[in-house]
Amino acid sequence: MKNLFQPYDVSLESEMLEPLDFNRRSRLKETDRCFKAEILNVIRLTDMEKLFQVRILDESEGERFSFLPGQFVMVEVPGYGEIPISISSSTSRTGYVELCIRRAGIVTGALHRAKRGAHIGIRGPFGTHFPIETMKGYDVLLIAGGLGLAPLRSSIFAVIENRADFENVHILYGTKSPDQLLFDYQYEEWGRIDDIDLQVIVEEPDNEWTGPVGLITKLLDGIEIDPQRTFAIVCGPPVMFKFVCSRLSEQGMPMRRMFISLERRMHCGMGKCCRCNIGSTFTCMEGPVFDYWTVMNLKEAI
Amino acid sequence: MLFRCLSKEGFRDLVEMTLETIEVVGPKEIGRDKDDNPIHHYLPVSNPDELDFDYATTEYSAKTYFLPFQENLSTYRFDEDDWTQDIRYRIQPRAIIGLHACDINGLLKLDKVFARDFFPSPYYISRRENTFIVGIDHEPCEGGFCRSLGTDTVTHGFDLFLTDLGDRYFVAIGSDRGFGALQKVHAREITDEDTHDYLTERQRLAGLFQAEVPVHDLGTLLDIEFTSEVWEKWGRKCMSCGSCAMVCPTCYCYGVMEKVSMDFERGVKQRQAYSCNLVDFAEVAGGHNFRPDSTTRLKYRYYHQHRGFVEIYDEPKCVGCNRCGRTCLAGISPVEVITDLQMDEQT
Ligand SMILES: Cc1cc2nc3c(=O)[nH]c(=O)nc-3n(C[C@H](O)[C@H](O)[C@H](O)COP(=O)(O)OP(=O)(O)OC[C@H]3O[C@@H](n4cnc5c(N)ncnc54)[C@H](O)[C@@H]3O)c2cc1C
Ligand code: SF4
Ligand code: SF4
Ligand code: FES
Repeated sequence: MKNLFQPYDVSLESEMLEPLDFNRRSRLKETDRCFKAEILNVIRLTDMEKLFQVRILDESEGERFSFLPGQFVMVEVPGYGEIPISISSSTSRTGYVELCIRRAGIVTGALHRAKRGAHIGIRGPFGTHFPIETMKGYDVLLIAGGLGLAPLRSSIFAVIENRADFENVHILYGTKSPDQLLFDYQYEEWGRIDDIDLQVIVEEPDNEWTGPVGLITKLLDGIEIDPQRTFAIVCGPPVMFKFVCSRLSEQGMPMRRMFISLERRMHCGMGKCCRCNIGSTFTCMEGPVFDYWTVMNLKEAI
Repeated sequence: MLFRCLSKEGFRDLVEMTLETIEVVGPKEIGRDKDDNPIHHYLPVSNPDELDFDYATTEYSAKTYFLPFQENLSTYRFDEDDWTQDIRYRIQPRAIIGLHACDINGLLKLDKVFARDFFPSPYYISRRENTFIVGIDHEPCEGGFCRSLGTDTVTHGFDLFLTDLGDRYFVAIGSDRGFGALQKVHAREITDEDTHDYLTERQRLAGLFQAEVPVHDLGTLLDIEFTSEVWEKWGRKCMSCGSCAMVCPTCYCYGVMEKVSMDFERGVKQRQAYSCNLVDFAEVAGGHNFRPDSTTRLKYRYYHQHRGFVEIYDEPKCVGCNRCGRTCLAGISPVEVITDLQMDEQT
């Protein structure tokens, strides 16, 4: 019987021996092997959020790693846990990725304590992306509320780095108060790019605030939208994207041309653990980026 | 498919020879319930006599041998400011002898999730490939509704499948590994008499299995009944203990967590069986819970089984073993829930 029951060693399968690449979804791979990455820089954005510049240590792994705007990675702090985080940097930036992380609990807390030079793990990229290519030739509305700027930022880069490919571009951003604004040092730069309309609004201004005050939808009042010629990406909490999207829909924009990113609890990123399941949809596989029509049709989505 | 005939002694030899080389797991009586009915579990055995094929069902399914309640995904060794990741897949072969058709069908469903299409899991594949599976025909268990779901028979997913013909087994061979094993114990070619006896026995068994609940169109029905009172009725009873998912052969949801050793030298990333009925299943940062009450969580469990899973894999996730119904202290039975939904639609 001995030769009948030879141990089968999955790690010797030819697909397992190929370089690890999460973009090749159907291939057998070491699903829980992470790329070891070094925190190159930590940039404090607000009291709650920090931006981490992270480089995959192994050069060939780093070169193979490619993502599209809206996708996320699973960030692992060994011994603490693993969490989903959107990639916040430009797809054209090679060498490192940027992750904008709010301190919310155990893993994010550990990250906030981590210093430059620390080693973390990342797996991915996972999930769907914003359809930047399809948006070419159209007017573009990029709208974020609060931490929603983190998942939107990669798309902002994709649009401004290829400005000529798009018609009118509006970037609208709103938070509760001025001290919660993320990436404030970049508005200047984005706003100066010829023909990009950047507007920022807060709900509760402080003494120094000179900009507009109110909800994000107020910024839409001042914008001329050609519903048939426009795409929108809306990132933020559910109440916010619901308001914005139904408003745009009233103005005649097809729901298929509005895109949002959903947040769910995620423990794998690979359509296995079911934690991100909405009715029958895996947010990690069929999302996190969805068009608004699809979201409207998801049972228990919002 | 190839068939052979194996004497009872030959089968005993097969088990003994297997025991000499690898671990053998099978239905074993572990005690009696309050009505003096035997309780069985799939457990390692040390000799063929411990295998009790006269079992109705087991309390837990055999899923745990493929998706253990807890499994190490990787270990980390910390060293100064750095760490190294170590990943091991379980490669020790094992035999599970005496699985019923519903449980093998359960494995086939898990195969679809963990061994196919997207992100196949090396952990699962390794365990599956290293498991020699021997199934066996049996009379229906009380409360089971496998017939309604078409899982009372199985044509693949095993190495060998036995049908008891009294003095001998009629054996269906599902793999070359199974073929090889039968050669060692001199199973013989089947005769016309074997085939005749086999078909008679199959017919007798088929007659015993009754379809308990109509499940066709259940997916559409679930959509229509999304806001049904039925969910209130059953959901309010649910104590959110998660036992139903633990005993179920196909429930596979999990959580991942990490731990550090006392000396801070090692960390481990573990996969842990979870249940969508547990309160924090869908809770996210900031404390928002997408399914805060037991009613929506119970509904979700049925929804995943009979709607969500069907959408992706063209078949329901449930095999109708009724383990969840038997284990539930709140008395929530899948047959009654589904029947209620059907009734609700008619009124
Ligand atoms: C696709 C996606 C992209 C995201 N992108 C960003 C981003 O760019 N920046 C950012 O700051 N945050 C992002 N998040 C949220 C981030 O994942 C959570 O803040 C993080 O998981 C909290 O982990 P923790 O260990 O610090 O919290 P914990 O101490 O573990 O728990 C705090 C709370 O977070 C919830 N939680 C725990 N683990 C997870 C998990 N794996 N997934 C979701 N919720 C969890 C728990 O319900 C708990 O209530 C994203 C989430 C998703 C799904
Ligand atoms: S249905 Fe029953 S077994 Fe399942 S969680 Fe509810 S009370 Fe527990
Ligand atoms: S009857 Fe219950 S335990 Fe058995 S497969 Fe269906 S849901 Fe799972
Ligand atoms: S995160 Fe595990 S299934 Fe989506």
